[in-house]
Amino acid sequence: MSLVAVEWIESVLIGAVQAGTVFLIASLGEIYAERSGVLNLGMEGMMIVGAAVSFIVTNALGHGYAILAVLLAGLLLGLAHSFLTVSLRLNQIVVGLAITILGLGLGGLLGNAAIRRGIILFLNPEAPERNLIVQEAEKLPDIPIPFLRDIPVLGGMFFRQNGLVYLSLILAIVMWFILFKTRFGLSLRSVGENPAMSDAMGINVFRIRYISMVVCGMLGALAGSYLFIGYQPFWVEGMTQGRGFIALALVILATWNPLRAILGAYLFGGVEALQFRLQVLGVAAQLPQFLLMLPYIVTIATLVLLSLESVRKRIGVPASLGKPYSRE
Amino acid sequence: MESPEKLVEMRSITKRFPGVLANDSASFTLLRGEVHALLGENGAGKTTLMNILYGLYTPDAGEIFVRGRRVQIRGPKDAISLGIGMVHQQFRLIPTHTVAENIIVGARDVGFVLRFGRINERLSELIKYYGWSISPTSKVWQLTAGEKQQVEILKALYRGAEILILDEPTSVLTPQETVVLFQTLRKMASQGLGVVLISHKLDEVMAVSDRVTVMRRGRTIVTKPTRETNQRELAFLMVGRELSELEARPMAAGGKPVLEASGLQILDDKGLLAVKNISLRLFRGEILGVAGVSGNGQEELIEALVGLRKVRAGKILLDGVEMTNRPSADFIREGVAYIPAESLRYTAADMTVAENIILKSYRNRRFSKRIFINWKTVYDEAGKIIKDFNIVTPSPFSKAGNLSGGNIQRLVIARELNLQDNIKVIVAAYPSKGLDVASTEFVQRKLVEAREKGVGIILLSEDLEELFLLSDRIIVMYRGEIVGELPRQQFDLEKVGLMMTGVKGAEVKA
Repeated sequence: MSLVAVEWIESVLIGAVQAGTVFLIASLGEIYAERSGVLNLGMEGMMIVGAAVSFIVTNALGHGYAILAVLLAGLLLGLAHSFLTVSLRLNQIVVGLAITILGLGLGGLLGNAAIRRGIILFLNPEAPERNLIVQEAEKLPDIPIPFLRDIPVLGGMFFRQNGLVYLSLILAIVMWFILFKTRFGLSLRSVGENPAMSDAMGINVFRIRYISMVVCGMLGALAGSYLFIGYQPFWVEGMTQGRGFIALALVILATWNPLRAILGAYLFGGVEALQFRLQVLGVAAQLPQFLLMLPYIVTIATLVLLSLESVRKRIGVPASLGKPYSRE
Repeated sequence: MESPEKLVEMRSITKRFPGVLANDSASFTLLRGEVHALLGENGAGKTTLMNILYGLYTPDAGEIFVRGRRVQIRGPKDAISLGIGMVHQQFRLIPTHTVAENIIVGARDVGFVLRFGRINERLSELIKYYGWSISPTSKVWQLTAGEKQQVEILKALYRGAEILILDEPTSVLTPQETVVLFQTLRKMASQGLGVVLISHKLDEVMAVSDRVTVMRRGRTIVTKPTRETNQRELAFLMVGRELSELEARPMAAGGKPVLEASGLQILDDKGLLAVKNISLRLFRGEILGVAGVSGNGQEELIEALVGLRKVRAGKILLDGVEMTNRPSADFIREGVAYIPAESLRYTAADMTVAENIILKSYRNRRFSKRIFINWKTVYDEAGKIIKDFNIVTPSPFSKAGNLSGGNIQRLVIARELNLQDNIKVIVAAYPSKGLDVASTEFVQRKLVEAREKGVGIILLSEDLEELFLLSDRIIVMYRGEIVGELPRQQFDLEKVGLMMTGVKGAEVKA
């Protein structure tokens, strides 16, 4: 194999991690929400709000404040979702789609030149004129990790990335541990399977669902902010392009397990990176289109597998997913 | 001798549900170290009374004392902290979680990070103590019903329950599992726990309990030491009258068969051949009993005979009319009534009692004109039927799903028997399964009545006594085939039992 080919493959692999991190962060949040029994179809909306907020706040105050602001925005969206679906027990599908539509609208509004300018000046009256008009923002810096960064291929994939990539991997492991090895995680999973029983056992079902949904909102928004400042720091309205829904599909593929979500995220990220590079090369115009379908085909195949009784018993959809809980 | 401590005392508990007085000034005492049976028919208020003790309902009146202290139990959480545990009829377990996870969920004493090594060790000891063999690391979906029940019991014991309530625990168990459960209950009593066994089965009560409290229509009738009473007395107390002995007079069956099936081959849900080659004839005024260990093709045969399952080969003739693989609506129109097991599945739980009663006959001229339903007639008729069939319901407008098991079965029987004017055949599958004494008697009487009117009846039952009592003829099924047929004169428990294990009729005789 020629050196060019090797480099090309390496670039696809690195691209897979970079593109996949968006899916990973979002799906981690969604896993917690769904494990607790709340289906969050508002993921797409939460992501685009996260992207828009990080676009504005980065240009006003820099990355640190941007991420804080994004987390706050996600927290509010998560609270809104849980208030409507957990406290008021509204239909989760309707509420989720409403939040997605709302988010897309809000993202467009925030991205509007005049409004953006106003907000940036409000946040930081001394913001340089350039920051008020550009369609982009400063990208998160890469933080190469000494020694590890020099490992062939793996170094590029995992040790020469920005902080959010590292954070997403740590989060996946920590969230897996909490979910499966702690009392809180057991309560969370039990609430998603059988809220009435959990309630009788002294678990506060509403609290668990609020917490999970807020975590989901924060991570959804964070995924959007990574998409913008960590991956493609150029603002386009509707720039999430359905990635929120791919993250939902990924949750199914990962069978609600944070560690499996890592693999799935990089697989979906790899598809995105590959189709992008194939497009640049101009090979087989249909191939990229086909690749874009792939995540959904894999997801449908997973769903078919999950429909088998024998599989469902072992790794099933959380039994109370989508069902509001009320005490009799 | 010092009398044992009163663990629970419930005084004059009254609980009213819309239109139903579930508990009428009921009183109940549980002593330390006893197995106390709470006996009564379906709907007598046993479960309600215990649900009150477990905090699932709050009583309208009455007082509860636990270990001599007056308490207010506002929810299961309160009950658990008072040391009360309850094992419900429907298990409240999470099938995808492990045994250990199911037991410790919500427990406070395990620490934030769960040390499964230590937890499993502790559970294994407990499991071994009771002589069970479940592993804390198995997933609950892998367990049998009996083992799931053990998990439920462990769940209560793990929370330090001293008062354990079991709601009809044997209804899901095999006879062997029942024996194990009873040993466990005795062991727990000898350790100083108080065990409440809710049951309507007299032999169980006699076998395992120290004392028995009989409930009838929401009242606690009497509490007695078990050894000072007997089944007959308990049955009398439970029903409030002597049970009439059913007399099944054999009828001269003959003439043309009303239902005839020949060479039937039927597939089960998995696509395997469940019925291999069955031919049978049912005559007017005859009860044909079908015996067999469940899972030998009886269910598939029954479903095919009422049009709910397609046959792969063979023919079904109803009164000479070919019915093979016709839609079930045709079977209904031609007068085939179907009394299924688990009748709840064959009712629309969220619809009213009246609507359920006409679920199969609304096309009848009496109830509908063209596309309109004549609700006045429906409600008048429903009111009459509720009376005739003794269905306990607040009104014809109540949801069918809120009725008790026995009443749902009555509702289904009413629907099947009363509103068809041309019933020719009744297919009854386990019609008295899970019913109490009085409801069972009611069901059996209705079948005999129908037979006397000349209806042909196919009766599928696991209860051989029931089959012997009612049937004119019995066929025995084994692995999708009929292995033997006995006329009433030759009914013999041992013979049928042998055939059920696959020994052919001819060999039995030899």
